[in-house]
Amino acid sequence: MSFEIPDDRRYLESHEWAHRDGDAVRVGISDFAQDELGDVVFVELPDEGDEITAGEEFGVVESIKAVSDLYAPVGGEVTAINEELFDTPELVNDDPYGEGWMLEVELEDESDLDDLLSAEEYEDQIA
Amino acid sequence: MSLRQPPLAAVHEAAGADATEFGGWEMPVEFESITTEHRAVREAAGIFDVSHMSEIEVGGPDAEALMQRLTSNDVAALDPGDVQYSMITDDEGIILDDTVVYRLPSETPEYLFVPNAGHDQQMLDRWTRRRDEWGLDATVENRTETYAMFAVQGPDAPGLVADAVDAADADDEAVDDLGRFEADYRSIAGVECLLSNTGYTGEDGFEVLAPWEDAETVWDAFDCQPCGLGARDTLRIEAGFLLAGQDFDPEENPRNPYEAGVGFAVDLDTEFVGRDALASAKEAGPAQRFVGIRLLDRGVPRHGYPVTTADGERIGEVTSGTMSPTLSEPIGLGYVDVERADAGTDVRVEVRGQAKKARVESPNFLDR
Repeated sequence: MSFEIPDDRRYLESHEWAHRDGDAVRVGISDFAQDELGDVVFVELPDEGDEITAGEEFGVVESIKAVSDLYAPVGGEVTAINEELFDTPELVNDDPYGEGWMLEVELEDESDLDDLLSAEEYEDQIA
Repeated sequence: MSLRQPPLAAVHEAAGADATEFGGWEMPVEFESITTEHRAVREAAGIFDVSHMSEIEVGGPDAEALMQRLTSNDVAALDPGDVQYSMITDDEGIILDDTVVYRLPSETPEYLFVPNAGHDQQMLDRWTRRRDEWGLDATVENRTETYAMFAVQGPDAPGLVADAVDAADADDEAVDDLGRFEADYRSIAGVECLLSNTGYTGEDGFEVLAPWEDAETVWDAFDCQPCGLGARDTLRIEAGFLLAGQDFDPEENPRNPYEAGVGFAVDLDTEFVGRDALASAKEAGPAQRFVGIRLLDRGVPRHGYPVTTADGERIGEVTSGTMSPTLSEPIGLGYVDVERADAGTDVRVEVRGQAKKARVESPNFLDR
């Protein structure tokens, strides 16, 4: 089975993606991750204004069968969360790179992004 | 140790099923998605490969006596073709396993019972050891890898099973004459099977024991959604059915049948291992009771999460939980102190350290 891995963003080994748009970085999980999880039924996210740290847990995604921690690809202040996911968590399955995004972070340290995997490197990891 | 494989392992893999380890077996957990499979069973029909379930056959002159003394229900009440839910308890009345006992459709009492996955050797040992100790004349055979087992479940299951049963049998009202918890031999796609009107989903349905080598022929006779153990779990949680090793476990969560809400499967008028302890337990009443728990806040109750009062006093724990695909609400099963176990009681479930509002309900969430 092949998974969509857009090359306009970078990835963590733990399957989160980070997409930069100006100073903001949008974060979600990969197509591979949503497929592994199965039906997503609940997402627990930090509040706007919270600080998150690159490489550390920032929330939880639950599918019917499992609970998984979410890890921050970059650190900084959370400037937006996708509140749609509270009522329609299945957006993570349906559109993991679009409507299923999870939060936006104001990037503090440019090097956080450099430490992440490219689409090609991430593809090798899940192959 | 390598995992045991069901006879249709290759068929499931070709169908794109994800596999999981369960009771020492590698079984399909999901074919399409748990939600899709779950809904198929509630709205139409689905078929499950449950060949990982154990089967032990007991025959000979003292078969009835051996079964009676090792299971909690009244085996003597079974006519040929009757099926009975029962408990296997230790001397203290603690549930070692729950099981379904078939009195096989023959004149002399012969039985086949179905312990949970991975329990076949343990139960074979228990039965043979006790037989020898009591000097009974009975045969005990492990048939786990003699029979494949499938469950066809859902409102359309009776029609599907009637269609699958061969014409010669179908003329004889093949399915309609099998009452709930009754079994008989039927030919499906030319294969002699033991067909029983039983299941684990809260729906109408049938379970089929087919010869291991004919598993694919029988599986292919049913044209409906293949379902994995994931949907089997969400369906049984909605129906409030116990899962061995999760809702009770003789080591980690020892429970007697009265606590576990299955006192109906205990007949104290029979003599069986654990009977005296259970007579005392019944008289004393359980300290905790098996209940349903509906989460009113966002989150999903999971195995091991504490249940507390609004003041934070611990009163029990969740043993199974999920987001109910039927209700679209988070539900769980578990045990709470008996004085807090009435339906409607306001409780909290601690989800990763946060107290979430919840309500005690009947373990059967299906309201039917």
